[in-house]
Amino acid sequence: MKPLPTLCTWPAARLAQALQRGEISAVTAVQAYLDAIALRDGDVHAYLEVFSQEALEQAAASDERRAQGRPLSPLDGVPVALKDNLCVKGHVCSCASAMLASYVSPYDATVVRRLRDAGLPILGRLNMDEFAMGGSTEHSAFGPTRNPWKLSYVPGGSSGGSAAAVAAGLAPWALGSDTGGSIRQPAAFCGVVGVKPAYGAVSRYGLVAFASSLDQIGPLTRDVRDAALLLDVLCGPDERDMTSDSTLSHDYADGLNADVRGLRVGLPAECLGDGLDARALEAVQNAAEALRRRGAQVREVSVPSLSAALPAYYVLSSAEASSNLARFDGVRYGRRAQAYGDLEELYRQSRSEGLGPEVKRRILLGAYALSSGYQDRYYLKALQVRDLVRHDLARALEECDVLLGPVAPTPAYRLGERAGDPLRMYLGDVYTVPANIAGLPALSVPRGVTHDGLPLGVHLLGGRNGLATLLRAALALETPLDGAPYAQGGVLL
Amino acid sequence: MTYEMVIGLETHVELRTQTKIFCACPNAYGAQPNACVCPVCMGLPGALPVFNRRALELAVMAGMALNCRIHRHSRFDRKNYFYPDLPKAYQISQFYHPLCEGGWLDIQTAAGSRRVGITRIHLEEDAGKLVHDEKNGTLIDLNRCGVPLIEIVTEPDLRTAEEAAAYLRKLRAVLTYTGVSDCRMNEGSLRCDVNLSVRKPGQPLGVRTEMKNLNSFQSVQRAIEAEFRRQTEVLEAGGEVVQETRRFDQRTGRTSGMRRKENSADYRYFPDPDLPEIVLDDETLSRLQAQIPALPDQRRERYMSAYGLSAYTAEQLTSQRWLADYFEEAAAQCADVPALANLLVGEVFAQLSLRDTQKTGERDASLMTVSPRSLACLSDMAAQGRVNSSTAKTILAALFERDQDPEAYAQAHDLFTLTDPVALARVAQRALEEAPALVERYRAGKTGALKALMGKAMGLTRGRADPEGLQAELLKRLNPG
Repeated sequence: MKPLPTLCTWPAARLAQALQRGEISAVTAVQAYLDAIALRDGDVHAYLEVFSQEALEQAAASDERRAQGRPLSPLDGVPVALKDNLCVKGHVCSCASAMLASYVSPYDATVVRRLRDAGLPILGRLNMDEFAMGGSTEHSAFGPTRNPWKLSYVPGGSSGGSAAAVAAGLAPWALGSDTGGSIRQPAAFCGVVGVKPAYGAVSRYGLVAFASSLDQIGPLTRDVRDAALLLDVLCGPDERDMTSDSTLSHDYADGLNADVRGLRVGLPAECLGDGLDARALEAVQNAAEALRRRGAQVREVSVPSLSAALPAYYVLSSAEASSNLARFDGVRYGRRAQAYGDLEELYRQSRSEGLGPEVKRRILLGAYALSSGYQDRYYLKALQVRDLVRHDLARALEECDVLLGPVAPTPAYRLGERAGDPLRMYLGDVYTVPANIAGLPALSVPRGVTHDGLPLGVHLLGGRNGLATLLRAALALETPLDGAPYAQGGVLL
Repeated sequence: MTYEMVIGLETHVELRTQTKIFCACPNAYGAQPNACVCPVCMGLPGALPVFNRRALELAVMAGMALNCRIHRHSRFDRKNYFYPDLPKAYQISQFYHPLCEGGWLDIQTAAGSRRVGITRIHLEEDAGKLVHDEKNGTLIDLNRCGVPLIEIVTEPDLRTAEEAAAYLRKLRAVLTYTGVSDCRMNEGSLRCDVNLSVRKPGQPLGVRTEMKNLNSFQSVQRAIEAEFRRQTEVLEAGGEVVQETRRFDQRTGRTSGMRRKENSADYRYFPDPDLPEIVLDDETLSRLQAQIPALPDQRRERYMSAYGLSAYTAEQLTSQRWLADYFEEAAAQCADVPALANLLVGEVFAQLSLRDTQKTGERDASLMTVSPRSLACLSDMAAQGRVNSSTAKTILAALFERDQDPEAYAQAHDLFTLTDPVALARVAQRALEEAPALVERYRAGKTGALKALMGKAMGLTRGRADPEGLQAELLKRLNPG
């Protein structure tokens, strides 16, 4: 890849430090990222829109604050980019769907307000699978994003634009959303850190809902420390979201360390068997060994219901999606069909034209699972499985502090390779969905590179208020990745 | 053998909250279209509902006043369907776990007291309003989206249109007493769906039809009667009643089919994941219980025993809270309470219907412009014979135009009853002189002419003469010796 401006190779924490010390200005930092995007995003296609002018203005305001000695936070001036299902006032929020290609949000999501309150300039909107449904970012109405490690490979999804932007050095960090693995899996595919906080830790207000009981917003960052810093901005109760949970901690960066002595690490046997790629298995085993060497107690555990989590997830998430996406009907906003006879046809035509095939598949699946006569067999059964998975994970987490496993069955695959095989695509979520089903925090941390040059990640899952512990374990596992695209600098400031 | 009708009612009642049920927009009637909206009630992408606890409290109080079990745990569900007045394409309602169940309401009918079972009361949000416009097609006003409602469902316990109307009147009384709702049918804050079937007495329930969104007591009664006639005719002709939703046409007074059961939507109800379970604790429940005021039945009994009012008058006075409150305030300043009660249900009610220009058939508190103090004073003036009944009527009309002291008004307009025998004699004399023809007819044995002479004489005093005294003076002169 083309070499980056040097400051784009830095983690966000280092950039923040340089800003604090006055070594660079926020305008310089934002301009460097705009340059990087101009250099590389033609290949990667992480961004759907770059807010060049606005980001520079926000950076100038940040510099002004610093000059007056009144920065909004230690991160004031460090830019950030957003998955395009987060509402930014006055900007399009497309969810990578033709349906919302020109929908402009009249309000800021709570997380966006928090970023603004901390002084972070917003670089732009990032590509994703349409309405966050998919695991490859190939299901975008605006074309796929490519994996910056290997441009013929997918970046994962649905937060593929976020993972690719951070990995390619086109944003120091980014926000994604995770309903069944949509932060963690692309993070693993792109060699970055991805965190899905516990359900209720981050306000969902202003996140366009896919599956309301599963969705969580979280950070994608170059390293664990950056993740902790961004979590401190994002987490915390919000009176606009009744599912936000004020009992959860929201202080992660202070006191972050890699001490895992005595940490009880469980390896769920159910995650290490059939269907797991040898390279991914090896990464997990290496990680277990590394933790053991640092003083953790590692043991194999059994969580029998894990295998039932995936089908339950597809029933529940699709059921909720069928309801959440029904509002996109072409009546008040969004795409409306040109030709229609009556109201019924207006609905049918607008939705037929505006929604992509994967989204339609999920809506049909979900509407079916909720329909009278089938609800007992599908939706209610899935709720029972959900209780079972919650219960089994809670029990496993009495014996262990964290559960270690693979993020996905395989590393990144080639563009188009699974496009015609939705079932195989769905199976890719098998290790990540239990955390969503149970509302628990989980993360993906990079752990090596395959011999053919693709990054690997491992997955850590913890108790409801155990995110600090997860970050500690992740910090212990963190090692520099050979050949990371974001590290390939060279252009002088 | 004749058919009987079996009626169950589903009533939607808007709760009297400051703000909407899931957002901070004002819960206001009559604003400019789409002036009371925000991302939440417009259902914009990303917006989330936040439950208004005040709506919960009012719904609990409705449940308590209607003798229901209040569930300590309840939930919201989504009712999914497409319609342009429903911007999220689902309505947040309570399907699986309603707030209240198993209550009752006693009603008074010609046949005595009857108890109507309440199946359930649940909370939900209202939808918007479509405005059909010749020029611009169909427009959408979302102000009403998210207005808090309770739906009150009865058992199929009602047997006549009069009972249905009595139930609705009593329901309105109970809900206005508790402050749960304004229950203004003309503003749509109380709307009624009727479920009706017919059967021969003692037979199992017949197939029912539903008539939706009836917005006056009168249309409820008429719709019931029309649908009863229709179903009876269908059965008499050997046909079968089909389960369906029917529309009642105010103009023709007939019902017509809208939607058959087999075409009815599958609402795909499921628990709304955006809203946590509603939990009520003991402390909240006892606090709300303590806020339930004396209900219409209690007040009615009290009026009968304390003031000796008839059951009819007491029922009328307690039919609306503002009326009962008004009556009690006036009664406290009045020497003859039964006279006051009669004045209220007689002349005051007549004035109120006269002023009900929109013909809602409802007694609206806002039309009651006479203060309780003025009315009490006027009532006593009439009861003591200081003004006669026709003058009292005149003064009341004047008080409705501008509330003022009736004593002073009567004084200024010289309206006190003329009782002075000398004055009355003068009037009688003058009347006889001005109408010799009537006098002649009377003397020829046509005693009916006396009435005309009374009218003439009364006219000379602008209606304020004491009628008895005046008649005595007339007779004295007509039948001398």
